[in-house]
Amino acid sequence: MSARDLFTFSNPHFTRGVGITAAILIVTAIVGFIILPFAQPWVQFANVWDAICSAAGVPQRAATVAAPEQAKRLSAVVLTSNTLSRPSQEAIGRGATLAQRCAICHGPTGISRADSPNLAGQYAAVIYKELHDFRSGARTNAVMSPFAVNLTDQEIADLSLYYAYLPRLPAYHPTPQLPKPNIVIYGAPMRGIAPCGSCHGSLDNKTGSPWLEGQSEAYMKAQLQAFASGDRRNDISQQMRNVARAMTPQEIEQAAAYYASQPPDVVKAVD
Amino acid sequence: MLVNRKLILAHFWLAFAVFGVALALGAWQMFIRSPIGTWLSNPELYYRSLTAHGTVMGYVFPTLVAMGFGYAISESALEQRLVGVRWAWAGFWLIVAGSIMAVIPVALGRASVLYTFYPPLIGNVFYYLGVVLVVVGSWIWVALMSVNLRVWRKAHPGAPVPLAMYANVAGSYLWAWTAVGAALELLLQIIPVAAGLKATIDAGLARVFFSWTLHAIVYFWLMPTYIAYYTIVPRAIGGRVYSDSMARISFILFLVVAMPIGMHHTFADPQVGAGFKFIHSAFTALVALPTLLTVFTICASVEIAARLRGGRGLFGWIRALPWDNPMMLALAFSFVMLGFGGAGGLINMSYQLDASIHNTQWITGHFHLIFGGAIVIMYFAIAYDLWPHLTGRELIDLRLIRTQLWLWFVGMIVTTFPWHWVGILGMPRRMAYFDFGDPAIAPQALSVTLSAIGGFILLTSGILFLVILARGMRAPQADAGPYRFALAVHQPATVPIALNTHALWVALMIALTLTNYGYPILTLALTEGTSVPAVYVGAQ
Repeated sequence: MSARDLFTFSNPHFTRGVGITAAILIVTAIVGFIILPFAQPWVQFANVWDAICSAAGVPQRAATVAAPEQAKRLSAVVLTSNTLSRPSQEAIGRGATLAQRCAICHGPTGISRADSPNLAGQYAAVIYKELHDFRSGARTNAVMSPFAVNLTDQEIADLSLYYAYLPRLPAYHPTPQLPKPNIVIYGAPMRGIAPCGSCHGSLDNKTGSPWLEGQSEAYMKAQLQAFASGDRRNDISQQMRNVARAMTPQEIEQAAAYYASQPPDVVKAVD
Repeated sequence: MLVNRKLILAHFWLAFAVFGVALALGAWQMFIRSPIGTWLSNPELYYRSLTAHGTVMGYVFPTLVAMGFGYAISESALEQRLVGVRWAWAGFWLIVAGSIMAVIPVALGRASVLYTFYPPLIGNVFYYLGVVLVVVGSWIWVALMSVNLRVWRKAHPGAPVPLAMYANVAGSYLWAWTAVGAALELLLQIIPVAAGLKATIDAGLARVFFSWTLHAIVYFWLMPTYIAYYTIVPRAIGGRVYSDSMARISFILFLVVAMPIGMHHTFADPQVGAGFKFIHSAFTALVALPTLLTVFTICASVEIAARLRGGRGLFGWIRALPWDNPMMLALAFSFVMLGFGGAGGLINMSYQLDASIHNTQWITGHFHLIFGGAIVIMYFAIAYDLWPHLTGRELIDLRLIRTQLWLWFVGMIVTTFPWHWVGILGMPRRMAYFDFGDPAIAPQALSVTLSAIGGFILLTSGILFLVILARGMRAPQADAGPYRFALAVHQPATVPIALNTHALWVALMIALTLTNYGYPILTLALTEGTSVPAVYVGAQ
């Protein structure tokens, strides 16, 4: 017995084995690449080759039609979990200097008393994205936009690293800690709402999502309402708009009140 | 002639020990997701458990069973001492090391990516390296099976290779080639990203690579079961194999058509052309052929046993079968589950029908019924059959064994039938939590509860199985004699070269992989701009 006896057309097993396999392959290829594409009356092919390419999944350049002009600017920030993951002391120092102009609203220690977000210890990627969006106009705010519009890329990175570097201090909490409302721990699966904590820190953090503990209740409520109405639209893929639109006004109030009452030390530690 | 019993026992014990742990995790998952459990409030714990369950049940457990059984076949069917025992132990320890390396990041919540990896989700690099070690360990087994057969052939030129070994080596070759898809995905795509060398990954290409592995791996899991059907069951119930050639043809058909069909897992994926999906769908239909051949041959073999025991009539012989024999019971249960599971599989492989159940609980129900049911119940039977020969002690309590098999069968039906049903109703899979208070899914609460109860029946059966094996280690000593395999009605004196070697069928398997996967993989690999940023598990 040798390979020469096996791989020869005088061996009936070889002839039949290869022949039947090849025949099945050819028949299925003809059906899959020629007959079935033409069986779709709603698709037009120029010729057989066109149909074959389509069925094979040959990448095709989309028609050169100019994309429709967007009425509003969209966020163009690309974030990965590596964005700003290696802070340098120099960058943090430069950020500290730049941050003096932010202190009037966001507080000298990054804790606001003006219903602006607390920035101390916020994830760097979050501040980075929001500053870029304010600068490009993807997110607008009468007070914040003028501050952001003249920042350079370097300044945005430095500021983000500086605020991420600051320790998370407990903000001023007049209300006792509230029990967890359902919307926060379960979400609402039937309406496609994931638990808030699955992105915003207490369970897991998805890149670009801020932690929310101890933030201003009025601010969070306003943002959820802005997402729901579409006034704020710098969430690529509409994650937050989809969530906020499906939330009831009562759930918005519960979520905002709950997060505002939480101290920030429960947030998952940064690696 | 079982010489290296310790080696084989080590494989089986490790396999069944990790199986026990993963089974407990599975039952807990069924419970926590059902209306009778109180929700954890933390989906991450659920996915952590799911990753461990899938990794053990998909990679570690069946691979170890196939390896241990393979060594036993090599020694007893070829009647020659295993060549390369040291290598075999090296493979075993690689699997131990790989499993430990993989389980640590999973337990810490750093690799909750599920056993199918799901890029662009990226977990801790040690999880993937652990899986690679497990696969490398199993490749040593593949090489050893090939080497042992070659040594035997040299000593017995031209003689027919015993059926058990022929099938065993076919299974090992299938595994060697099917594992290449996931290996390419891990080594070329995922591990560089997990190690931080790259930050983007082509998720579409990764899914195509994985489909290369994911379907044929099922037939690798199936191989020990089919080997048991053909070479253990007829002997255990006092019959003979109806046709040796039919058995060989079934195994080589698995070798050829199990491979180029994986894209029926990607029917909903936009990166694969519809023509290739059709070809894969058509070849998937062909895989039913070796199974139908097997069902026919085994039914005929069983009938021979029944008629030898005095069974008469068109169907009257069924009553004459030795139903108190655990092997007979396991075979019957396995066939019933294979029948239902196979019928469900025909729906999964049809392009249009798949659309109604794709990514629903139906799929999870399907592969639990086929793998956990039809296949694993025969793993139990293999262990029961081999145990006296490995330990030199008798398994005395046949009643307990029958109870265990009954519980597994009933548990699997109770678990998977409602599971299929809620899938048809549209319940998605891979969900950690369902709000059964919502009127839209409240009617499904009953089915899901039933399913969870089935999970606990399975857990009971699994514990019983481990107890029986452990008690078997302490039973009084008894010589079980040499381990033998079933003989055919017409034992072959000569076998055509094509059915005595694997080369032709391995060549066809590789050729079909190239025709059915070559173009999609090449275009995806060469197209620019198809990568997306990786999403690291637990990254801030």
